[in-house]
Amino acid sequence: MAAAQVIRSEWTKIRSVASTVWTLSLAVVVTIALGMLISALSRNQFDSMPVQDRLSFDPTYVSFAGMSLGQLAMIVFGVLVVSNEYSTGMIRVSLAAVPQRAAFLFGKIAVAGALALAVGMATSFAAFFLGQAMLGPHGARIGDPGVLRAVLGGGLYMTLIAMFSMGVAAMLRSPMLSLGILMPFFFLISNILGNVDATKKLGRFLPDQAGSRIMQVVPRADGTPYGPWGGLGIMVLWVIAALAGGYAVLKNRDA
Amino acid sequence: MIELEGLTKRYGEKVAVDGLTFAVRPGMVTGFLGPNGAGKSTTMRMVLGLDHPTAGDVRIDGRHYRQLKDPLTYVGALLDAKAVHGGRSAYNHLLCLAQSNGIPRARVAQVLDTVGLTAVARKKAKGFSYGMGQRLGIAAALLGDPRILMFDEPVNGLDPEGIHWIRNLMKSLAAQGRTVFVSSHLMSEMALTADHLVVIGQGRLLADTSMADFIRENSRSCVRIRSPQRERLLDVLHDDGITVVEAGGGALEVAGGKAERIGELAARNGIVLHELSPRHASLEEAFMQLTAQAVEYHAHAGPEPAPRDWGAGWKGA
Repeated sequence: MAAAQVIRSEWTKIRSVASTVWTLSLAVVVTIALGMLISALSRNQFDSMPVQDRLSFDPTYVSFAGMSLGQLAMIVFGVLVVSNEYSTGMIRVSLAAVPQRAAFLFGKIAVAGALALAVGMATSFAAFFLGQAMLGPHGARIGDPGVLRAVLGGGLYMTLIAMFSMGVAAMLRSPMLSLGILMPFFFLISNILGNVDATKKLGRFLPDQAGSRIMQVVPRADGTPYGPWGGLGIMVLWVIAALAGGYAVLKNRDA
Repeated sequence: MIELEGLTKRYGEKVAVDGLTFAVRPGMVTGFLGPNGAGKSTTMRMVLGLDHPTAGDVRIDGRHYRQLKDPLTYVGALLDAKAVHGGRSAYNHLLCLAQSNGIPRARVAQVLDTVGLTAVARKKAKGFSYGMGQRLGIAAALLGDPRILMFDEPVNGLDPEGIHWIRNLMKSLAAQGRTVFVSSHLMSEMALTADHLVVIGQGRLLADTSMADFIRENSRSCVRIRSPQRERLLDVLHDDGITVVEAGGGALEVAGGKAERIGELAARNGIVLHELSPRHASLEEAFMQLTAQAVEYHAHAGPEPAPRDWGAGWKGA
């Protein structure tokens, strides 16, 4: 069938360029390594922490500390998968082969999304187990309440951040423009908006702020108006909006 | 067959393609000729459904491009030889296209062989010369064994051997009964390959004619004469009502195909001729004349001549 053909074609595309390998391996390495480092540091400092911090200590979330940097590599992966078509001019060849633009775009996003999911899940589980190993006696176990949900959520979070980037890249077309907006936004601006009192209420509805809630096991008393799955749902809505925008641009503009 | 019906494309105020109506028929090479920026590439992109027409319609065997199932098996196109991801090998580039249209994997090796790229099939496309890129683009066009082939400026940047190869390829494809539509801004190139000619200028159709008719209608002919008895010859021709112009170097020129008449007059009057040669103006000149008229027509069509849009010429076809 036509959809299967597009999927097969997009899989060949994605596996035959080096950027796929280096962006995804960077995401894996950075997320796991940084998570292990922060976990090891936390273990050493645990005894000198204030009692309050010790009570709210969230070993699962600590092992995901590398995501803040690792997600940047996922963003690069998502942006390049889509915008490579435009920067190389390949988009015209691709659309001549698959003139149904919805089939083309969503076929590509399905393949890239599935790959991101596989890598994201593997990363999340590895980051958790290796992080807990570093934490030693202060670590959590996968069977503890809420932990499996957080670890699965970590994989979903990485997938969704990549898919959000794909949607943005489909709207903007240019890799430089897309990265120039997404990287500083998720690395700096979102964090600032989420932590400054004046913007906190709005900031926590941003895709990464809402989505990362699912990786927390120990609830924080910060009055967040949604739970872990609610937060992930907000992030999914962002992804849907970005992909719909990307499709609208692709459908209406000349290639 | 490709049929265009009042096909129009506007970018804001600028009209790139202006009401084109013509058909590209099977079994021959149809040349699509026009100066740079005439709208050739835009027209080809609209045929493939890449650009949306502002008005009008274009159909492939009666259907819109996007209605074709596995379109690469109907239409193969080379638009831009550089439109390849540089990090992907030639083989994988063709493989992903083949898979998207359900074309068997074995066909990839076949077309690579046809265009002579088998040796570099696993090399990354960014290392390719322009000519190799052009061959890869042609391989992609041939992939689905389509009945219709479209090439945008295929000989650009090719060496003489490559040009010769592509001319023969286009002719043999047409001889197999396929529709071959090829654009160029060089009349001399078209004269060697095309059986039919569609000429556009400023997005408008200027000619849609067989190559033979175009040559007959558009080649200005003249007769060049040299004689040691120049003054006497001038008198004789003048008496016969033939207008003569100086052609430099002591030669004379008479417009039109009057060589026989001049020969007879000279013989009857016992005038020695050293040269009596009919000449045809080059097709390139005829083409320039045709497109120059289009430019002229546009310049006088408006109420006032519009200020010239600087750089419009090189902003891309």
